[in-house]
Amino acid sequence: MQFTIQVNGAPRHVDIDGETPLLWVLRDTLDLKGTKFGCGAAQCGACTVHMDGDPIRSCQTPIASVGNAAITTIEAIGETKVGRNVQAAWVDLDVPQCGYCQAGQIMSATALLVRVPAPTDQDINDAMSGNVCRCATYTRIRAAIKQAAAAGRT
Amino acid sequence: MLARRNFLRASLAIGGGLLLTASIPGISRAAILGKAGPDVVVLNAYVRIAPDGRVTITAKNPEVGQGVKIMLPMLIAEELDVAWADVQIEQADLDSRYPRQVAGGSTATPTNWLPLRQVGAAGRQMLIAAAAAEWNVPAAECETTPGQVVHKPSGRSLSYGTLATKAAAFPVPDVNGLKLKDPKDFRIIGKPTRNIEVQRIVTGQPMFGIDVSVPGMLYAVFQKCDVHGGRLVRSNVATIRNLPGVRAAFEVKGGTDLHGLLDGVAVVADSWWLANRARQQLDITWDEGNIAGQSSADFAATAARMAKGAPESILREDGDVKAAFGKAAHVIEAAYHYPFLSHIDLEPQNCTARYAEGKIEIWAPTQNPAPGAKLVSATLGIPESAITVHMVRAGGGFGRRLSNDYMVEAAWISKVVGAPVKLLWTREDDMRHDFYRPAGFHFFKGGVDGDGRLLAFSDHFVTFSQDGDVASSADMGTAEFPARLVENLQFGTSMIPLRAPTGPMRAPRSNGLGFAFQSFLDELAHTAGKDRVEFALNLLGKPRLLPDPPGPRAGPGFDTGRMRGVIELVADKSGWGKQKLPNGTGMGLAYYFSHLGYFAEVVKATVSSAGAITIDNVWVVGDIGSQIINPLNAENQAQGAALDGIGAALGQAVLIDAGKVVQGNFDTVLPLRMRQAPPVEVHFLVTDHPPTGLGEPALPPALPALANAIFAATGKRIRSLPFKDHDLSTTA
Repeated sequence: MQFTIQVNGAPRHVDIDGETPLLWVLRDTLDLKGTKFGCGAAQCGACTVHMDGDPIRSCQTPIASVGNAAITTIEAIGETKVGRNVQAAWVDLDVPQCGYCQAGQIMSATALLVRVPAPTDQDINDAMSGNVCRCATYTRIRAAIKQAAAAGRT
Repeated sequence: MLARRNFLRASLAIGGGLLLTASIPGISRAAILGKAGPDVVVLNAYVRIAPDGRVTITAKNPEVGQGVKIMLPMLIAEELDVAWADVQIEQADLDSRYPRQVAGGSTATPTNWLPLRQVGAAGRQMLIAAAAAEWNVPAAECETTPGQVVHKPSGRSLSYGTLATKAAAFPVPDVNGLKLKDPKDFRIIGKPTRNIEVQRIVTGQPMFGIDVSVPGMLYAVFQKCDVHGGRLVRSNVATIRNLPGVRAAFEVKGGTDLHGLLDGVAVVADSWWLANRARQQLDITWDEGNIAGQSSADFAATAARMAKGAPESILREDGDVKAAFGKAAHVIEAAYHYPFLSHIDLEPQNCTARYAEGKIEIWAPTQNPAPGAKLVSATLGIPESAITVHMVRAGGGFGRRLSNDYMVEAAWISKVVGAPVKLLWTREDDMRHDFYRPAGFHFFKGGVDGDGRLLAFSDHFVTFSQDGDVASSADMGTAEFPARLVENLQFGTSMIPLRAPTGPMRAPRSNGLGFAFQSFLDELAHTAGKDRVEFALNLLGKPRLLPDPPGPRAGPGFDTGRMRGVIELVADKSGWGKQKLPNGTGMGLAYYFSHLGYFAEVVKATVSSAGAITIDNVWVVGDIGSQIINPLNAENQAQGAALDGIGAALGQAVLIDAGKVVQGNFDTVLPLRMRQAPPVEVHFLVTDHPPTGLGEPALPPALPALANAIFAATGKRIRSLPFKDHDLSTTA
């Protein structure tokens, strides 16, 4: 089936089975490999992208359900001020170890900070607990979110 | 044979400049431990200096998140004396000129600390020689500042870039004559240094194995028997070939080595999702073989039965435990258990392979590429010289990627279809076809005397065998703590035959033994009526080196003084014994020596009346020698290792039923999540010992420190993992 979806501000045309999860359209059809596969069951958050600004698990989102919604991926999140601040804090605090989960972490953190510019620890727990970091860089992820929040106030 | 000692060769680099090819005596495990190593000469590193002064340093080891891709080049850059900002790092392929291209055992620091600094120092000396010749002055009058040779008396200077081509013509210095920097002059080593790839990571650039793309590439899945080593009898593979997008589907007859190519059905399609969807239609008849007794419930029953009898073999016997138990003021017994675990690397196993005309090119997220190439060579029947292995950044390793089963599967499938193929496992494939951290059962008995001293200690360790030998990573050394410190001690062992494959997982053996031994020692301290720190320091006694028993695992021994040091510091940093804690809150201590590192950790935890565990704080103190090479990464690794242990303790177990692993995804094997993750404070005690590794040794104390904190908080002793299976509630 033919679909036109809005990805990172541009229309993208794909001819694909409508059940195909958005994750695999992004990765293998559109060659946007920053979004990661970790569990295929919405358990780990590695595949998190934004749909109209909300963090969603792209491994559980069939292409046919995307419609006209604006999809934003890690490759373009730096074009927003909040996304840029989050990425800068991640670099400054040297958050990643293996780095595999970090795209999903950054997408969830950016969505949190857009919604709650000065999150509490509880806000961070609630927003980030769907994203697994197997290397357990949680101490730095929490610190980086707070640093990005502070940068957003200046 | 003298020529073999000449450890560096220099040549002109392509495009000009100095290419420093370093062959240095391989540092064997024996050499790390202070003994003479064999006089073998092996290539160790490349340094390339371009005419514009840019320095390219090759990172020889696989990067799995441990930070070695920066750490090893830091050692070379320091002694070469270049600005870190001028250094570019290239990941090496698998290359027989490099020694030990392995990510495992926390060995990269101890094995490379001296040789890679020598590589840099040799290059620096050649650049000085070239400058001295240019100026016609004695080399002794020259020194370096980053990227420059300076003639002190005249104030003249020349850049490395200018000198590089000339330097390549100078003789390579003898390793023994090299002068290394005084650590107080380090400009790179010891400075917080960022991951060079962090910018690419946070912007989602392709860099992992799963991201590899090759022109004309197809996508593959591979269905094996969920009973490990089961044989394929028949399948409906012919009908799979007609499904949408499927390019090929075929049966594979593999061997019996669980690390190699096994029986299964491969499905190859235009996209991974189509390949995996077609796979759902597979109907396969397997010959599962004998699965009698192969379940976690059977293992527990067998272990309990074995515990009633004498151990099958005695590992160690000191003094007379039986008589000593008779004399002890208090004797306690306890049974401990830890389960099988899956490594759960977040990036599922995958590999891309391109077979063409008798040659194969492989892109693999592997911790251990050399055995992978051997396996591919033997299985496909092609020489190793026809195999290229690119080491791709891995989304976690934790020991899982020391085995290369996914590599040989991708290679085989590519050869059969005659096209480049990316094989990707699902999470369920990954969890059900792992090399599991072996479960273990410990039946302890301990006796303390009237003064609260540990008088006697015994352990009947029920572990697992595979094909008659102890299963991989399921053994226990005879020097396991508190051996060597208790006059009357016995370690015995019995084995249960196991079909599921086991293997090393971050801090192998120690990750389970630490929980069992350090929890039981906490019980003994409680029985003795002693403060835990006091009990530990009494047990360790005065600072001294306890030599290891002879054997293949013999190391440098156990330094009681270094262990005392980290215990005392963690007590200080955590405010041990200085706070009145509220009801339901407790602090636990544990300490453990592994991978040459001494670690003591304190966990503060609160248990609600409903039984919910909140971990309030974790303090980690480590002694890994005289130098923390990259403090920024060291803190991250230590925090991650402690939380890795806590995550496993809280929510992870892999159960086996009828020979198959029951769990398949993160809904049943629970990784640690943000809401559970406490702040982790890390301190390093710097001591006058050679620097050692950090990927692993911070993990083992975390689990028992948490168990001991829960006991302190609730009076409930958890003797089996994971904690999620225990009811800690105090309400009716």
